[in-house]
Amino acid sequence: MVYPLLWMLVSSFRPTEVIFRSPGLWVNDLVTTNYTGGWNALSNPFGHYLLNSAVVVVGAVVGNLLSCSLAAYAFARLKFRGKTLWFSIMLVTIMLPIHVIVVPQYILFNQLGWINTFIPLVLPKFLATDAFFVFLMVQFIRGIPRELDEAARIDGCGHGKIFLRVMVPLMGPALATTAIFTFIWTWSDFFTSLIYLTDPDKYTVPVALRSFLDSTSGSNWGAMFAMSIVSLVPIFLAFLFGQRFLVKGIATTGGK
Amino acid sequence: MSVISELSSISRSKARTPEEKARQAKEAGRDNKAGYLFLAPWLVGLVVITIGPMVASLYLSFTDYSLIQPPRWSGLDNYVRMLNDARLHNSIKVTFTYVVVSVPLQLGLALGIAVLLDKGMRGLALYRSLFYLPSMLGASVAIAVLWRQMFGGEGLVNQLLQAVGINSTTGWISDPSYALGTIILLHVWTFGSPMVIFLAGLRQIPGMYYEAAAVDGASRWTRFTKITLPLLSPIIFFNLVLQVINAFQSFTQAFVVSNGTGGPSDSTMFYSLYLYQRGFGQFQMGYASAMAWLLVVIVGVLTAINFFASKYWVFYDD
Repeated sequence: MVYPLLWMLVSSFRPTEVIFRSPGLWVNDLVTTNYTGGWNALSNPFGHYLLNSAVVVVGAVVGNLLSCSLAAYAFARLKFRGKTLWFSIMLVTIMLPIHVIVVPQYILFNQLGWINTFIPLVLPKFLATDAFFVFLMVQFIRGIPRELDEAARIDGCGHGKIFLRVMVPLMGPALATTAIFTFIWTWSDFFTSLIYLTDPDKYTVPVALRSFLDSTSGSNWGAMFAMSIVSLVPIFLAFLFGQRFLVKGIATTGGK
Repeated sequence: MSVISELSSISRSKARTPEEKARQAKEAGRDNKAGYLFLAPWLVGLVVITIGPMVASLYLSFTDYSLIQPPRWSGLDNYVRMLNDARLHNSIKVTFTYVVVSVPLQLGLALGIAVLLDKGMRGLALYRSLFYLPSMLGASVAIAVLWRQMFGGEGLVNQLLQAVGINSTTGWISDPSYALGTIILLHVWTFGSPMVIFLAGLRQIPGMYYEAAAVDGASRWTRFTKITLPLLSPIIFFNLVLQVINAFQSFTQAFVVSNGTGGPSDSTMFYSLYLYQRGFGQFQMGYASAMAWLLVVIVGVLTAINFFASKYWVFYDD
């Protein structure tokens, strides 16, 4: 399972000529030139793309946490006209292929002059378009005893207060799951970045990596592996720290 | 409750008594305003980011639109062109092959490993993480880059084959008969997330069923087919529907492995990749929109078939 990953890691410390001769996992002559060379191989140092990605990811995480938790509270706790209809629509959007909306969305963002900005990558997250997380949080809120918010209501709290003072503090695990999944998925999202970011200065890590593949046309695998490893480190760390939540989060959405 | 059982329970809960209706109407009035306030961001998103663009793309699918000039109405032209577009037909074939081969393999592996892990072996958490990790990394460009090297002419796979005495000089990704297979393998490799869902489902099966069956002398295989499979069927169904939908949208892997070409000789030209080429490579936005709607119809029909067929093999005990 992890052999390809380990092999890539080991190869990133090998001179390129050796990569093509050793399927093994040991390094005889460790070199770090792949990292120093790869870091500066594109028009910007690789750190520039890491920073771009970080900006997008932070925006996406904040957006998803805010908008999805608000919608989830409404679906899980409030009774309002048309709720069943909206809820079903929300569930269906989880299964909608993105291609059906990507063309007009592109046209819309193009008209607004937002191509080559991070807005198309971040704004939708503030509008709870990742319905998967709304559903995940609805599931979680349903598990919180109703007595808690009913008690707060009797004490004279409005919905705003109940949400902020009762729900948000109790929703920790659901919020953490959302944050980690959003982090990982946005970090590796290639399609949206490819479409909306055409200026190399604006590239996020996935698009930068792929232009790397073009510019060195496969001749410098060592440097490419080194930068691949760099791009995977944040995902790996998020996975390591968030594993508990990730497993729970994915299990509850699929469970009965 | 999963998304899917939730969807089917919504249609079931329609019949209500008049008293229930009255009570619900009263409660509804109370929270109406707050409800829509909390829902506002999602509603705006639904209209501006989802439904609006869907309507627009339906309109655009009947036009000729290159982004530079305003859309020109062309009636059914795009759809007629789709009928005669051999590359489109090929991309449908490639995508179907990919879905039909990789989804069952991936789910079968996920279920098999989940059953093994459920036996409560030592180091379960470690194994679970090791199997789950590729699901998290698999969508990244870095892994696609790795795959491209692994299955290239001088790649890791050929090095390994050489070590056991098989000499293969051509790269797997540059051979039309194997290129798609390498991407299928990448998809199967990411079986971790359905596996985690299966594991959670297996936990919910009461142990006494197995004990009773063991007393009756049922073999391991009988226990698996008569207890595990039926009780797990809603979750198998959930994974199946989601994985089919996901697989139809695969893009990154094909794009990176084939360097955006869908080659060699269109053997990895996924539907979404071809749509991207038409829309964002050649700026044929009308044609791309028509293609997007064909995809919606295909995925919709397949999901409907899935739901229909599920009546015969999925058991809900509630």
